[in-house]
Amino acid sequence: MTPEAAALLGAGLAYGLAAIGPGIGIGLVVGNAVQAMVRQPEMAGQVRTTMFLGIAFTEALALFGLLLFFILFGKA
Amino acid sequence: MSWILAQVVEVPEDIGDLFDWPSVGPLGINRVVILMLLATLLAFLFLYLPLRKPRVVPTKMGVVVEGLIGFVKEQVGRDTIGPESVKYEWLLIPMFFWILFLNILEITPLVNFPVTSRMAIPFFLAMLVWFVFVFVGLKEHGLGYLKAAIIPPGVGKFMLILVAPIELVSTFVVRPISLAVRLFANMIAGHIMLTVFFITSAAYFTLSPKLIGFPIPFAFAVAITGFELFVAFLQAYIFTLLTAVYIESSIHIHH
Repeated sequence: MTPEAAALLGAGLAYGLAAIGPGIGIGLVVGNAVQAMVRQPEMAGQVRTTMFLGIAFTEALALFGLLLFFILFGKA
Repeated sequence: MSWILAQVVEVPEDIGDLFDWPSVGPLGINRVVILMLLATLLAFLFLYLPLRKPRVVPTKMGVVVEGLIGFVKEQVGRDTIGPESVKYEWLLIPMFFWILFLNILEITPLVNFPVTSRMAIPFFLAMLVWFVFVFVGLKEHGLGYLKAAIIPPGVGKFMLILVAPIELVSTFVVRPISLAVRLFANMIAGHIMLTVFFITSAAYFTLSPKLIGFPIPFAFAVAITGFELFVAFLQAYIFTLLTAVYIESSIHIHH
């Protein structure tokens, strides 16, 4: 395997693997936020803010993977 | 991909030349800088013109602008920081509108370039936020802020060897980087998605004798344009919200 091929393979794997965890995580965050909003509609505004915060923190991991993709793709 | 591109636009020797614009003058003014200044001017006019004269009944634009400013003041500032948020509105409100206008250039026809997809601008904003929240923490609590930032409450002595470095890195290194990367990566991902679908639909439009394949990528491109409007707003909101959260974590530390 040439270094270029390894970099391309790694680029694909980096983003693909980095997307798994945050995918599950964002699902959990939003699912539980919806449950909370349904149980206590008067808290919906605050829950929504917290939900966006949780999504932002979870999503950061996937975005690091995307960044790694660009870095490795540039090496190929 | 490059073959399709070659049928639609005139492709230079190195594909990177498409994305390199000449820098002019000692300050290196290029297209990105011009767009940034344009967005700054637009954001200024958007805030200034509708609210220029105080009115009892605001104009239609005035209602929109006042609503957005109220959204940043209340939903972002007051709900996160508390009553002291008035002291930090000088940062939150201009930052929200500046990022919003820089992001919206992504889907502005004939511009189609999000300025925030160049790392310099998100990183500059993240460094600004970093200086602000460290300064606020030091001003409010002195060196006790650093101690509270590194040592979480209720952690045993031996665990501290493990926890303190993690907290140190996550507060002072990962925070600004993730803040910058979040904005940058979201905008560049949206930009690439739009590019792919618009180039594909342009290729179908010019290449295929029957236009049968054209509507599918074009419909995706239009749908993603709408989605990117939402993302532009959401990222400006998230960036401002996280700034408020970081400032709040510097004000209200645990002892």
